[in-house]
Order: sequence, then C-alpha cells, then structure tokens
Amino acid sequence: MEKVKVRLTVNGNSFCLEVGAKERLLDTLREQLRLTGVKEGCSIGECGACTVILNGEAVNSCLVLTGQLDQSEVVTVEGLAQDGRLEPLQQAFIDHHAVQCGFCTPGMLMSAKALLMKDPHPGREQIKTALEGNLCRCTGYQQIIEAIESLTGPERE
Amino acid sequence: MSYCQVNKSLTRVDAYAKVTGQAKFGADLTFPDMLYGKVLRSKYPHARIKGINPEKALEYPGVEAVLTAKDIPNNLFGVIIHNQQVLAERETYYIGDGIAVVAARTREAAEQARELIEVEYEELPGIYRLEEARDEPVKPVHPEMADNQVAHHTLRKGDVKLGFAEAEIILEREYSTQLIEHAYLEPEAVIAVPAQHSTLLTIYGSVQNPYATRRAVAGVLQVPLAQIKVIQDHLGGSFGGKDENVSAMAARAALLALKTGKAVKMVNDRVESMLESYKRHPYQMKYKVGASKEGKILAMEIKAEADSGAYACQTPFVTWRSVVQATGPYEIPHVKTDTYGFYTNNVYTGAMRGYGSPQVIFAQESLLDELARELKIDPVELRLQNIYHNNSITASGQRLDNHQVSLKEVLERALTASEYKAKYREYSQRQPGEKKRGIGLAISYRGCSLGAEAIDAAAANIAILNDGSITLSCGLAENGQGLKTIFSQIAAEILGVDPERINYLPVDTSAVPDSGATVASRSTMVGGNAVKNAAEKLKKTFADFVAREYETTGAELVFRDEQIYNGPGKAVTSFSEAAAAAFYQGVLLNATGWYLSPDISWDEETGSGNPYFTYVYGCQIAEVEVDIGTGEISVLRITAAHDVGRAINPAGVRGQIYGGVMMGLGYGLMEEVETEDGYISNTNFDDYLIPTIKDLPEIIPIIVENPDPNGPFGAKSIGEPTLELAGAAIANAVCQATGKRIRSLPLNLERVLIGSSLRKGGRSK
Ligand code: FES
Ligand code: FES
Repeated sequence: MEKVKVRLTVNGNSFCLEVGAKERLLDTLREQLRLTGVKEGCSIGECGACTVILNGEAVNSCLVLTGQLDQSEVVTVEGLAQDGRLEPLQQAFIDHHAVQCGFCTPGMLMSAKALLMKDPHPGREQIKTALEGNLCRCTGYQQIIEAIESLTGPERE
Repeated sequence: MSYCQVNKSLTRVDAYAKVTGQAKFGADLTFPDMLYGKVLRSKYPHARIKGINPEKALEYPGVEAVLTAKDIPNNLFGVIIHNQQVLAERETYYIGDGIAVVAARTREAAEQARELIEVEYEELPGIYRLEEARDEPVKPVHPEMADNQVAHHTLRKGDVKLGFAEAEIILEREYSTQLIEHAYLEPEAVIAVPAQHSTLLTIYGSVQNPYATRRAVAGVLQVPLAQIKVIQDHLGGSFGGKDENVSAMAARAALLALKTGKAVKMVNDRVESMLESYKRHPYQMKYKVGASKEGKILAMEIKAEADSGAYACQTPFVTWRSVVQATGPYEIPHVKTDTYGFYTNNVYTGAMRGYGSPQVIFAQESLLDELARELKIDPVELRLQNIYHNNSITASGQRLDNHQVSLKEVLERALTASEYKAKYREYSQRQPGEKKRGIGLAISYRGCSLGAEAIDAAAANIAILNDGSITLSCGLAENGQGLKTIFSQIAAEILGVDPERINYLPVDTSAVPDSGATVASRSTMVGGNAVKNAAEKLKKTFADFVAREYETTGAELVFRDEQIYNGPGKAVTSFSEAAAAAFYQGVLLNATGWYLSPDISWDEETGSGNPYFTYVYGCQIAEVEVDIGTGEISVLRITAAHDVGRAINPAGVRGQIYGGVMMGLGYGLMEEVETEDGYISNTNFDDYLIPTIKDLPEIIPIIVENPDPNGPFGAKSIGEPTLELAGAAIANAVCQATGKRIRSLPLNLERVLIGSSLRKGGRSK
C-alpha cells in the first residue's frame, strides 16, 4: 500500500512518520507512537473517547486521516502533564471524583482542555456543549462538570 | 465512632493513572510476536451450517490460524446451564454467534481473511417472539430440549384467591420493558499469552469476572484451572456486561494462542460488541392487585416473562431475583408470583446492573400509582400505608429483623428535598399551554449480594513488607465502580496507615482464592469484609509482636496515624519501624482474609425463604416537563435517596448515584436495541442513543446511613439500586403531567403522543 510521509508534532515532540493513505490519526497515535491514552470506543465519531487536540481544536482522531496532517500539532492526554506536574484539569478530575472506569477520561480531558484554551471562563451550558460529543456511561457527567467548574470560577451571567 | 480513612471522600487510588493516560486497558496491551484475532459471525440469526471452508483465508498473507468448532476440545460453556457455544458447530442460534476465528500478524490481515472464510448456510426459520417461544413451538430453539423454557420460579404467600375475594378494588394491568445494551465505553478486549509465568495460558483484558472466565477457558480447553491465569487491572465499564461474552472471547483467543504458540489479542469494535454481547432482558408482565377502599393492599398476582434469547446465560438467576422482588417493598398478605425465561433466536440476555429488578420495579411502581388514582388516594399515602418496616414479613416470608428497614426514611428524605408535596399539588392543577409538568416517585428494596443463587464468599490478601509498605489484592474486580479505593480505605483504617502506603494489585486468579463474581453490588459488603478480615488478622499478629518486642503491657495497642500507640498519646513505635523489626524476627505479616456471607435459604417447592441476608432501600423522585405538542420529555430534576448502610467513600457513592440515575434515565426515555426477526438494526452510538451530558438534569443525591451489622463498618450496596428506579419514577411523572399512563418502556415520543410505538418489529408493544 502506498505510504505518505508526514511531519507531526505530538505532545511537543516532532516526528517524521510514514503512514498508509487510509491510516487514521487514532491508529498512528496508538500503534506507531504507543500513545494508548487515546481510546477507541465507536470508530465513527460518536463517543469522543479518541478525542485529541489537533492544531488547537478538539477532534475525534478516529475520523481524521494522518496522511492529511503534515505540519500539524497534536496533543494527547499524555501531553497534558508537564515534567510530572499534572495539568490543573487533571488534578480537578482527581479531586472531584470525575473518573470512574476512566475509559472516557482522556477524551473528556481533551475536550475540556480545548474549551478552556479558547475560553477560560465558560458557563455551564458552554461546558455541556463542548462535552456533548463525549459519552460517559459511568459518572452521569455531574462530577465531570464540577471538576471543570472548579477551574472556571462562578458562572457568568 | 470517628474514622480516619473510611466514611471519607478520599480520591481514587487509580485516578492518577487514568487522568494521565497511563492506565492500560485490555486493548492497550501488547506482547512480543503478538497476533490479532478476529471472529467471523453468523450471517443469519438461525441457520444450519452445512460447511466451512477456511482455505482461502489460510492462504491470505499473514494469517497463522483459522479455527472452527471442530478444533475445540469442549465447545460448550455456561455459568448455570452449559449450552453456550464458543463457536457455532451445526447451527447458529442468534446473529452474534461466532463461526470461525482467525489469527493473523496484523489486525487488517485478520479482518480481510475473515471475509474469505466460506460458509455454506441453510437459513432456518427462527423464533423471535416470546409468545411463539412459549406456546408450543413447532421446534424448540435448542433441538435437544423439549420446549423453550429456561427457567420458571414461583413465589407463594397466603392464598391470593382469598385475598382477591376480600378486596374492594381489583386492578389488572400489563407492562413491558425493552431490550437494552450495557454500552460500556470500552469494547471487549482480551489477550491470551501462552507459556508465561510457568502457566499454560495467561489471559489479560476486560474481564469482569476473572474466576468465571478461568473456569470457562479451562473447561473449553479441558485443562486444569491451575494452568489458566487471568489478570485483570483496568476495565472500561461493565455493568454486568463483560462476563459470558468475554469468557467466549478469552476461550477463542486461548485456542488461537495454543494453536500458534503466540500471544493473541482480540478486540471487538463497537458493532461487533453490539451484535454479539448479551443485553438486558425485555420483560412482559401481568400484574393483578386487590386492595381495600382505604388502600390496604390485600393480594397481588404477578406473571413476568423474560426473553432469554439464544442462550440460558444468567436467565435462571435474573428471573429469580425478579420473583423475590416483584411485589416491591409492600406488606401484602397474599402473593402469587411466577417468573419465566424463554429461549428465542434473539440476541441472548444476561446480567446487567439491576439484574431483573428495573423491569419489575417499572411495573410495580406504575401499578401503585394506577391504584392510587383509582382509589383517589395520594400515591405517597398509598405507599406509606403498605411499605415494609422493621419486622415486616416480605413476600417470600422473610422477617426483616436484622437491619434497619429505612424505607420510610428514604421516602421522606426524598419527598422533602424534592418539595414533592407542593409540586404534586401545583402540577395537579390545570396547566395551560403545551408544556405540562409532573412529578412522580418510585421506591424499592433490594436484596444485597447474590442471595440464594450461589456460594457467596470472597478473599483478599494483604502483606506488610519490611519497609512498611503494603500490598493489597482481592478476587473481586475493579470495573470502574471504585472498589480499589474502598478496599484500600478499609485496610488503611484498620492498620492505622495512610492509603498511600498501599499498592493495590491487579486481580490475579492464581494469587487470590476464587472470590466469585463482581456482581450483585456485593463488592463493598462481601469483598470489603474479606479485606477487613485480612487486615484484622494481620493487625493481631502485628500487635502481638509489638507487645512482645516492645514489652508493652495492659491496654490494647492502637494503630493510628502510621504509629502504634499504647494508650492515648503514647506511641510505642512507628508502623514502618515495627514492620522492619517484625521481618528481622521472622514474623509473618501476610494474611488472607475470607468472608462467607450469612446463611440464607430458598425453597423452590414452596416458593419462599430468606433469600438475602440483608436489604437496601431507595427512593427516587422525578420531575418532568412534557411538550404535548411534540411529545418531548425533559427531565428537570431527579432526587435520589439511598440507604447504603455506611458510605465508605461518600463522593464515590454520589458518583454511583449520578451514573445510575443517568443510566435509569436512558432506560426510561431513550434506549432500545431494535431487533427485527433476530437482526439488530442499531449497532453503534449513532443510532443506539445513550444519555449525553446534555441530558443531565439536576440530580440531588441523598445518602442515608443506617449501618448494617453484616457490612464492613456497616456498609451495604449502592451500584444497582441507583439505576433501578428512575425509569419508573419518570413514567409516573409523565403520567401526572399528561394524564396518560404509558405501560411500556422507553417512554418515547410516539408513545407519549399516540400511546404506542411506531417502530416496526421490535419486541415492545
Ligand atoms: S472512537 Fe472516535 S469518536 Fe468514538
Ligand atoms: S468513567 Fe467510565 S465511561 Fe466515563
């Protein structure tokens, strides 16, 4: 099968990768780079478990072909903590019991992170909209919202 | 009593690994030379297999093995009735039946090769409706059986004829519930590794019940249990759903691993998972109730029939829990209940959070509201007149005298927090406009743990190492519910240490005695007691040693704050120092704890007994707004009060409540696996809808604590009670809002608007 060369920055490291024309970003991350924090739950863009931040936007990595991403920048859950220091969102998820089985957690964190990068003080409705594409079967979402709101301050009117 | 570690919302011991992406789930593991396995599944729900030709698949580059039923030493397995096929041999019984498995060097090769396996089928007529399965089918689903009945349980109390004769009002109603999917976010994944750890096969992956999987794999391969090791660490949700289907997957991977001598990984994609995995039983129920004019319930007669699908799986036990609990928590002198399960060629049904309770609760709580309406009594008053109290005799004849029966308390706490009375009054007035509001409630009692289904025991190992650090493991599995944290808290409380000292190890079936299944909301109670037992044994040995070594006299030593005290304020030594000293003196600081739950009984003949050793009580109240123009139902608020005995971790309990309520909301309003003649039409999250964050109403969790003498620190159950009530409460609220009683779930738009579902086929009316 034909291979495509792409340069990618993933979690701050640059890679030059050879990928198949149909290779999904999800597979590149999980299989080539062994970033298994990126999860696969549905493969069709409905569950959000595979969410990563691509050039500043939260995307479902199961729907993106790596071959089209030359010169792009990707952040996965593994890239959130810096030098062993958790990112505040991660700490908030721990403190607010926003994690149960943890399978949705990486995707949730990435969607939330993308939101906070754009707007550090979103209201509850904006949080819900940003996380609408991330399914969680365990937590009922409540403690996830509480975790995020602990960082965003009181809701704006 | 004040605690240092329990009854506190400590953060989860596995949270760090999960927020950093370090937690490895089944699909994340790799092994050297690992192959990828894929299953070819049936093309038809019911067909005869006339021939299988794997030749082309075997020739596909990268393929190392193709196996079919004839390669399997023992093709049948099952927890209760051994009739589930690892791979279909002569016939396929449902659409998810596997026919062949392929192992190849890449996933793509396995998928491609699977398509090249040639199967010659003869499509056969199937049985897809419960009535058909029940009423003398031409040919039973399993040809070797006389009929399609999987199970029939009875419960008898008093004499219903007498009861109905005394009744001043009699109501007869039919209810039905739908087929639903667990929808755990992580699809099933298993890896079988040969010749590792001096063991024939080691199985890793998303295994909810490691000992059941070990039993199934050993049985299929016909090898000793000691040659199969199952290791389970992080699992992405299960809710009862990763048991028999994962055992089948493990057995298939094991067969391929033995055949090729290499590790074999099998991961389902979502569609495969939806097609093959078992679901929640749909029920059809007939309820008849007789009461006095004042609202005293005198008699209840119940018939509940469950579609078991192609295999028996857990149907005998699921329908048994239903027979015990079908009346709900009401003192009724005369009861006659019959529950049944029948084979069909539909996808099979098994354990799912609730386990035979959400169905009967929907019926019984709808019925209570219907009765209240007929009698013109307030639904709360009707319940208060009839609910269980201390020393009540249940429908099965059990006297509730060994724990606090807190139904009235949970009900009242929920009523107050939800402002039920004022809202009920308000919404009973005429509501102008299209949008109508309503409020409704549901209550339940639930037997804790397995009940008289099976031996109910669990084990835990704790070791204190010579630097004072601790390892802890238990035979019950962390499925996301938080058991690692709860058990760490219990051990830390007793040993007087910080939970940080404890390294919680994965389940390893070769290292911890068989602890049964992680089901029935039994972990905190049964597993927690095992952990407590291990910690207490250790503490005793340790205290004896410290008393000798440090020549303390008199008072019992106190383990607290990482120190060992001889009376208030007098630290004898630190935990770590004493651990080192004990090691160098040859003291064994290693203990296996064991807990066997109290005696229970069930007499199938008389349909009575003491089926559970204790119960939990819950009440949920739903407030809804229905747009009678569009049929859209918005849930505004759910108040959920649950007696958990003692909350070992209150934030964890709230997490269970939020998650359970949302799952109950999905059950009540949106979820249904749609089938037509055995084919499943919604096989992914684009058309099998589960609640999203946008569906989240305000949820008010209320934790009620009446410590149970049989629970560790008084703790009981919470996982399942949280999910079983919301569907019924929402249905009652919708009825108050619209005046329309909907007797089948889910309460979708069409049912609200025109009273019946427009969906074709399916098994709901
Ligand atoms: S796996 Fe990508 S959205 Fe579900
Ligand atoms: S924590 Fe399990 S799916 Fe979200």
